[in-house]
Amino acid sequence: MSATNPSTHHTSTIGAIGAPSRRNTELALLVFAVAIPVFAYANVGLAINGQVPTGLMGYGIGLGLLAAVGHLVVRKLAPYADPLLLPLATLLNGLGLVFIWRLDQSERLQQLAERQYGVFSPSAPNQLMYSAAGIALFVAVLFVLKDHRILQRYTYISMVAALVLLLLPLVPGLGANVFGAKIWISVGGFSIQPGEFAKIILAVFFSGYLMVKRDALALASRRFMGLYLPRGRDLGPIITIWAVSLLILIFENDLGTSLLFFGMFVIMLYVATERTSWIVIGLLMSAAGAVGVASFASHVQARVDAWLDPFACYDTSNACQQIGQSIMSFGSGGVLGTGLGQGNSDLIGFAANSDFIFATVGEELGLAGVMAFLLLYALIIERGVRTALAARDPFGKLFAVGLSGAFALQIFVVAGGVMGLIPLTGMTMPFLAAGGSSVIANWALIGILIRISDTARRPAPTPASNPDAEMTQVVRP
Amino acid sequence: MNKPLRRIAIFCGLLVLALLIRDNWLQYVQADALQSNEKNRRVAIERYAAPRGDIIVDGKSITDSVTTTGTDFKYKRTYKDGEMWAPVTGFASQIVGTSQLEGIEDGILTGNDDRLFFRNTLDMITGKQKEGGNVVTTLDAAAQKAAFEGLGSKKGAVAAIDPSTGAILALASTPSYDPSVFAGLNDGDKFKELEKDADKPMLNRALRETYPPGSTFKVVTAAAALENGKVTDIDAKTDSPDPWPLPLSTNNLTNEHGACENASLRVALRDSCNTVFGKLSDDVGNKKMIEEAEKFGFNEEQFVPVRAVESVYPEDNRPQNAMAGIGQASNRATPLQMAMVAAAVANDGVLMQPYMVDQLTAPNLDVISKTEPKELSEPISKENAQKLQSMMETVVSEGTGTNAQIPGVKVGGKTGTAQHGLNNSEKPYAWFISYAKTSEGSPVAVAVVVEDGSANRADISGGGLAAPIAKAVMQAVLDSKE
Repeated sequence: MSATNPSTHHTSTIGAIGAPSRRNTELALLVFAVAIPVFAYANVGLAINGQVPTGLMGYGIGLGLLAAVGHLVVRKLAPYADPLLLPLATLLNGLGLVFIWRLDQSERLQQLAERQYGVFSPSAPNQLMYSAAGIALFVAVLFVLKDHRILQRYTYISMVAALVLLLLPLVPGLGANVFGAKIWISVGGFSIQPGEFAKIILAVFFSGYLMVKRDALALASRRFMGLYLPRGRDLGPIITIWAVSLLILIFENDLGTSLLFFGMFVIMLYVATERTSWIVIGLLMSAAGAVGVASFASHVQARVDAWLDPFACYDTSNACQQIGQSIMSFGSGGVLGTGLGQGNSDLIGFAANSDFIFATVGEELGLAGVMAFLLLYALIIERGVRTALAARDPFGKLFAVGLSGAFALQIFVVAGGVMGLIPLTGMTMPFLAAGGSSVIANWALIGILIRISDTARRPAPTPASNPDAEMTQVVRP
Repeated sequence: MNKPLRRIAIFCGLLVLALLIRDNWLQYVQADALQSNEKNRRVAIERYAAPRGDIIVDGKSITDSVTTTGTDFKYKRTYKDGEMWAPVTGFASQIVGTSQLEGIEDGILTGNDDRLFFRNTLDMITGKQKEGGNVVTTLDAAAQKAAFEGLGSKKGAVAAIDPSTGAILALASTPSYDPSVFAGLNDGDKFKELEKDADKPMLNRALRETYPPGSTFKVVTAAAALENGKVTDIDAKTDSPDPWPLPLSTNNLTNEHGACENASLRVALRDSCNTVFGKLSDDVGNKKMIEEAEKFGFNEEQFVPVRAVESVYPEDNRPQNAMAGIGQASNRATPLQMAMVAAAVANDGVLMQPYMVDQLTAPNLDVISKTEPKELSEPISKENAQKLQSMMETVVSEGTGTNAQIPGVKVGGKTGTAQHGLNNSEKPYAWFISYAKTSEGSPVAVAVVVEDGSANRADISGGGLAAPIAKAVMQAVLDSKE
């Protein structure tokens, strides 16, 4: 410890003993990740009802327990995992719960729900339950998935599973049409968005397939107009999967997810082949797809119009009104925001606590809060990409970068959509927005990243001591 | 594979950077524009989040605020004696917006005015609820009551002014409406009903309706004749045939009653001789008549600060100018305008700018601004003003205006029965303008117009219908001065 005698604590010495696990760092961060939402919760209660909410203890204990379980499991099963991922996810999940609870208190939304459905039911208790389920899946991932490379075995099964998941909402009697998007299925009273899970499973397939085929895709190619075009037989299966998933999504009216899948696919293809031509081809294909879809699907056209000038069509189009309300919500927050519980972001009405929850962050926490949230998400992405860099196996690299790239795209598409940067597509802000599938799937995603990072950061097994290398040998009697 | 990975990392960083830049654009650069966007309901929510300040008459508020239920607008406006005060207050409705005084002083009443900024900031820091400031009016509750009750179920308007300052003392209009009934967010239908009402209850007749002023305008014509030297001795005979043939016309101008042939100015005003004043107007000429009328405030909107529509003395040919000189033809005036005429005469020829807001005060009653009386013009010399006073007092003591007499007080006045409708087909308007004068000067000048006072048109006269109302208003002001 003392600077006067550094040689006794030489880093290489420590390295030889074992890399620091950073579990205590994670624990310390988790304390903050639980305390901050608890304070935020108290803040909302004080702002709305003038008193500390009665559920504060229960909420704090609940979130604390979830975090504790997550931490203990990581400590036991993935001791070398990245120390930031769990606290970041916990913090976002906890604050998401606070925002959902805050919107539950909105009289305006309560009245809206009563007018539309005859009854208002708060979302926060469900979300807390989903969060618990998410942590459970996180724990299950760490228990079951002792090594992420096991998933390589299930490459083609994953392909089929992903396709089935994506097709499920189109099955009559199972699928549910909500606000024009057919991306939900209802099972036993619960609504599930299979697309959220398909994202992870598709990443498994892409990683497994690309790992095997990367050389063929990268090297066995023809040069055409300065670009390396791969052979049809290498490209075929990938293109097919992409096209099928895209088509399904167009039929299900869910462009956000379709964009997300395609983006993830291009990123992984680029990383696998190191060929810039894939980026060019990908951009061309997505541009063609976007133009094609925009000219055929009327609800996409409406969204593009809303994006171009929400106030021009504000009174005539729901899409314009939504995005206009969202932008005004951000603008009304200003630099510091109105303070938790004191904004009027509930004016958005539609999907205020799911697709548009980021507008509440914008109004009540202001520019400062939104930037903090964006940086929290950026940190998750950064840790994910770093995990990919650190991973020693190509499958792990591809898998980690696929998941983090998809996560980054999702943040961009959702936050960019509600802020009017790009046309709005219906997707949820990971961990923040109300919705079981999203929160559960994202906890699984964090679980997988933690598993990959644990493998990546785990010190290589100490080589068996080679007696010949030693200068002197102790001969024991 | 690490090189493309690093590039992907940069790409993800750029995505986040784009979001950060967009967010700064929205929440910093565009924030003010979005906050005050006309589509942004927060503006209205914030506006009704605190009780609105009050409008005050004689130290008592004539408005109030109550909390509402079922909407996101917390407070709504209520009015005490809303019908009586509606021409003064205007309305502040969550569904329709604001009008007149409520609209003009909206910033003070809501507390959003820049002049309250420092206080608001202080309140924000100390956690006190924002409050609106108050508008203290110049009105006299007793005079307003006398005017409103005097009009009763008749259609008409009253405007009363303190001649020495221009302070408005009464501003009544009937039929009226209670602005409380459509103050709430869900009261749009009630507003539409009032709007459709054929009697136009929401029309502020004292400020926003013009009537042919009829014979009351003869005071202005007399002033023009005196100022332009057409008459110097008000008791000398004038050269006025009866009937007087209208110039450039085959029609004759006649009189209803009285000995008008070559009558002196005093007698002509007392008996309301059309021939004398028609001819005087012709003698003065259209240009000079316009000039004199404009000195009294015609041909210009008045802001008290509520806008009063412009009264019109028209540019016209000789016969029309002669008719305008007796308050007919295209001559039109608001009740406020005619009160200003009486006030200028009573104030020895100095016309004061009429105003109804005395002070704007902060929620803690600190004065933010105070209106200082301001001279608008001097339409007549002091000497001529006193001649006019003498003549108008004759009207009340022995002429058509005897109904306005108040024992022990000098009252000057002028009646008017203005024809209206094509060829005088509709019921005439009964007018009366007057002032009261004590040893300390004149505390009140008033104009009264009654649109359809009687079922029997023969019974309609300024002296009969309007003068008693004017008397009651003057009496109320005199009583409250004591």
